[in-house]
Amino acid sequence: MRKDYNLEKRRYVISGFIIIIALIYIARLFSLQVADSKYKDYADSNAFLRKAVYPSRGIIYDRDGRLVVYNQPAYDVMMIPRDVKDFDTIDFCRTLNITPEDLNKRIADMKDKRRNPGYSTYSPQRLLTHLTAEEYGRLQEKLYRFPGFYIQKRILREYNYKSAANVLGNIREVSQKDIDRDPYYMPGDYIGDIGVEHTYEEHLRGNKGVEVLMRDALGRIQGRYEEGALDRDAVAGKNIKLSLNIELQQYAESLMMNKKGAVVAIEPSTGEVLCLVSAPTYDPSLLIGRERGNNYNKMMRDLDKPLFNRAIQATYPPGSTFKPTQGLILLEEGIITTGTMFPCSHGFISGGLRVGCHGHGSPLPLKPALQTSCNAYFCWGFKAMIDKRGKYGSSANAFDIWKKHMVSMGYGYKLGIDLPGEYRGFIPNVDFYNKWYGAGHWSANTIISVAIGQGEILATPLQIANLCATIANRGHYITPHVVKEIQDTIVPAEYLEKHTPTIASHWYEDIAEGMRMAVTGGTCRLANLADIEVCGKTGTAQNPHGKDHSAFMGFAPYHDPKIAIAVYVENAGFGATYGVPIGSLVMERYLRGFIPPERKYLEERMLQANTIQFAGTKKH
Amino acid sequence: MEKDTNTSVLKYVDWFTVIIYILLVTAGMVSIYAASYDFDHANMLSFTEFSGKQFRWIGLSLGLGLVILLIDVRVYENYAYIIYISVLILLLVTIFVAPDIKGSHSWLVLGPMSLQPAEFGKFATALCLAKLFSSYNFVLNASKKNYVRALLIIFLPVILILGQKETGSALVYMSLFFVLYREGMSGLVLLAALCAVVFFVVEVKFTGTMLLGIPTGEAAVFMMIMTLVVAMLAIYCKHFEGARNVFLWYVGTGIIVAALSWFGIPVPGMAYFLFAIGVSLLYCVLLMFKTKARNLIITVGTAVISIAFLFSVNYAFTSILQPHQQMRIKVALGIEEDLRGAGYNVNQSKIAIGSGGIWGKGFLNGTQTKLKYVPEQHTDFIYCTIGEEEGFIGAAGVLLLFLILILRIISLAERQPTVFGRVYAYCVASYLIFHIAINIGMVIGLCPVIGIPLPFFSYGGSSLWGFTFLLFILLRIDASRRERSF
Repeated sequence: MRKDYNLEKRRYVISGFIIIIALIYIARLFSLQVADSKYKDYADSNAFLRKAVYPSRGIIYDRDGRLVVYNQPAYDVMMIPRDVKDFDTIDFCRTLNITPEDLNKRIADMKDKRRNPGYSTYSPQRLLTHLTAEEYGRLQEKLYRFPGFYIQKRILREYNYKSAANVLGNIREVSQKDIDRDPYYMPGDYIGDIGVEHTYEEHLRGNKGVEVLMRDALGRIQGRYEEGALDRDAVAGKNIKLSLNIELQQYAESLMMNKKGAVVAIEPSTGEVLCLVSAPTYDPSLLIGRERGNNYNKMMRDLDKPLFNRAIQATYPPGSTFKPTQGLILLEEGIITTGTMFPCSHGFISGGLRVGCHGHGSPLPLKPALQTSCNAYFCWGFKAMIDKRGKYGSSANAFDIWKKHMVSMGYGYKLGIDLPGEYRGFIPNVDFYNKWYGAGHWSANTIISVAIGQGEILATPLQIANLCATIANRGHYITPHVVKEIQDTIVPAEYLEKHTPTIASHWYEDIAEGMRMAVTGGTCRLANLADIEVCGKTGTAQNPHGKDHSAFMGFAPYHDPKIAIAVYVENAGFGATYGVPIGSLVMERYLRGFIPPERKYLEERMLQANTIQFAGTKKH
Repeated sequence: MEKDTNTSVLKYVDWFTVIIYILLVTAGMVSIYAASYDFDHANMLSFTEFSGKQFRWIGLSLGLGLVILLIDVRVYENYAYIIYISVLILLLVTIFVAPDIKGSHSWLVLGPMSLQPAEFGKFATALCLAKLFSSYNFVLNASKKNYVRALLIIFLPVILILGQKETGSALVYMSLFFVLYREGMSGLVLLAALCAVVFFVVEVKFTGTMLLGIPTGEAAVFMMIMTLVVAMLAIYCKHFEGARNVFLWYVGTGIIVAALSWFGIPVPGMAYFLFAIGVSLLYCVLLMFKTKARNLIITVGTAVISIAFLFSVNYAFTSILQPHQQMRIKVALGIEEDLRGAGYNVNQSKIAIGSGGIWGKGFLNGTQTKLKYVPEQHTDFIYCTIGEEEGFIGAAGVLLLFLILILRIISLAERQPTVFGRVYAYCVASYLIFHIAINIGMVIGLCPVIGIPLPFFSYGGSSLWGFTFLLFILLRIDASRRERSF
């Protein structure tokens, strides 16, 4: 037996060698299985085909059940890059009416991680959207020749009326931000953008379903994973009934054609918005389909800002439509009674200050002041309140109380309409003036323009319409809203609740009477209808953008109001010129259903009028 | 001398190894069942399925193992040459009679059974090698003739298996160099092999970038040759002064070259490296004349051969290897992904294993294997199933079980009283090392794809029987070690 102890030690070299290999392999296993989670995702995208099942989006009706928005199918070409084999690109492009350069660019964009952070060779990517029916048919026939591509059916919106774009909104593809915010969304999903589509997105969208299918190495579907245990059915979106009367909306939009401004009409007893017009507007179907991006950019660049929802986003000086609020505050605070008279010598003249007025009798009490829209009356009243230091201690305290009344009537803050992007307007507070003039350095005369809705005061047409509804209700309002009913759901409680401003309700009757007088024998005579008692108030708002804004607010019928309205026509002059005719026509159309022949001339004049000076073209 | 009886054999059998064996084949059968599981069939023992067939193979191999244990141990030693020659003839015949299966002619079809004689070549070669080493007064290093004999025994089956176009199975015999090393072959041979692999990998992998006007890979290999020269001077020749001088020469010239390139004066890299190494080798030759140390000439020779190897790698890689072999190597080195072609298997097997996580997806819950994403998943890629369903714990556990088995076999080898037993045991260990290292390395993407099975796991009777033969003959030899030690 030979033994070489030197050679015997070599067992340790060999053992050491295999132990090192084993350690390297275990480290590798650790890095593959434990440290690196990407293989798990690869495996899932290998084996699972998560097929989204899209529900149909809720249908939108108007208050009388007219179909306004419904669904139409659209087809997208999807591509799973990993599964794409060499294919006849010329044939492919010809089938889809695109150029090979376009195809290459689309694929390059898809693979660009900056533009498409969700890119993965394993997951379906959207190559082309919104095929025409013809393209769809041609591609479907040849699809077997293009492995890795498939067609996905999507739901797009179709509009029955070319109006109410600012209320309805539209749908767009989700952005990365949407996906980050809400994991419900996957790239390529649609989401409601602006309008009701946005506010009621969660009701309208329903709930996507999913089918988890198992796919083998050859791409064949091997059935449902665990017998469909992980599948989920799609739940259809809820239908919505708007409070809008779509025909009234259409009519008001036609009256506002070639004008800039807004019309908001509310049913006073419910707060339901009957029409909400922003002019100029656009055809909502422009923002659907393959041309959405182009159209959107075009409208973004349009100087008339059709995408700007003036009814809730534009803040105008309310002008004389502000006077009823002033009357209410003065009455409530006991500064005046309905019999209190103030002089008007073609204006308000105090301490070297002059606010002009027009010809009417003097002195005069509240109701005739409303009737004639007397500036001096309200300036005197305002001055009497703000400078009544005996009662309030200081002008600042008095102004504070004034402001609280204003806020209680819905000014200075968002009303909370169920549309995105509402603006709050502006009612200055004491701090604002203290900063501006210095504490104690201002008095009623300094800020007198506030009394007639000028100066710093800004309000949206919606706020003015809401004020009008408050007066029509003689002392309360319900937050305006555009949705009347949601299928299987109750309307949010906030749209049923009565808000009561800090003004005793009996004062409203006096204001309403003043507004009635303005129609029968004052500034709103054009609104005086034969058998409908209309109440109204004009406004002619000075503004830094040119000619005065023509404004009107009113309600009808006097004793049983069914509609309250605010009209704003930018840079159109006197309230009586455009505001009154348009407001009265819309009310008449709503209450009567038609415009009688003797007022057709007025309608015709409004339809023809063009107050957009610099653009001669017809605007939607 | 105690009489060799059946009872004493069973008494002295190394039950530890037997238990590991049974654990491995059982785990193997379960994995095959999982790998070939079909939702429509669910009977693990059904003979129409892979797992059922494997169950039959396992039953037969246990019987076979028992028979092997009962046969007189002297049979293996006495008939070693005859067994070896019979298997060689079988291998030769197979080349001509075997049908073409995926390009190879390695399967003998006997009615319903297919047999791969190459699997039986392993134990025959091991027996023959052990017999040679145990012949009277045989010392490997005693004469060159001994090396020729040993290499002949190893390479005869290799040539025949290459003739069957089974490159993977032929490569397995290269692992027998471990045995030669254990029996006295110079460690330089293994070092050379290691250097060759490392040089090859580095040179082929880093061809994309340039350094000093030559590919980075080549420059890196030159630097490794420089390191090798210094290391051999210091460790192998124990000539510390020479090592220091050469080291300073390399570093000094290296800094000059780096500085020149920094200032924008290009130095041709090839010329620099050849010059620097050439000068250092001349210095070594001078030293050799001075000190008469033979080690120095080996150092010089190693460097020269390394440089020659460096120059021939590119040629060999592009001209000798087949395109699919090149691609497999590139995939293993991470140069190419080629997910649709050569890289597909490895990528899918990495996904399957990687998706297992720590604890795995659970038995029969592996989606990748069930949906056939990994090709050959019940044979060469069986390890994927373990990785996917049993996770890191299972995969590492199997690896450790193999490690324990090999270490156990090495310790069995060292306790053998006879050279025959020791050499045979080392042969068994070497085969296992090669099969396991290459198979698992391939599945986890560390080695090129070489189609050899994972012992005891991969589906197939020949492979299972081949390894059972190897292991149980070893156990039989080990069981009778007492009676033979005197």
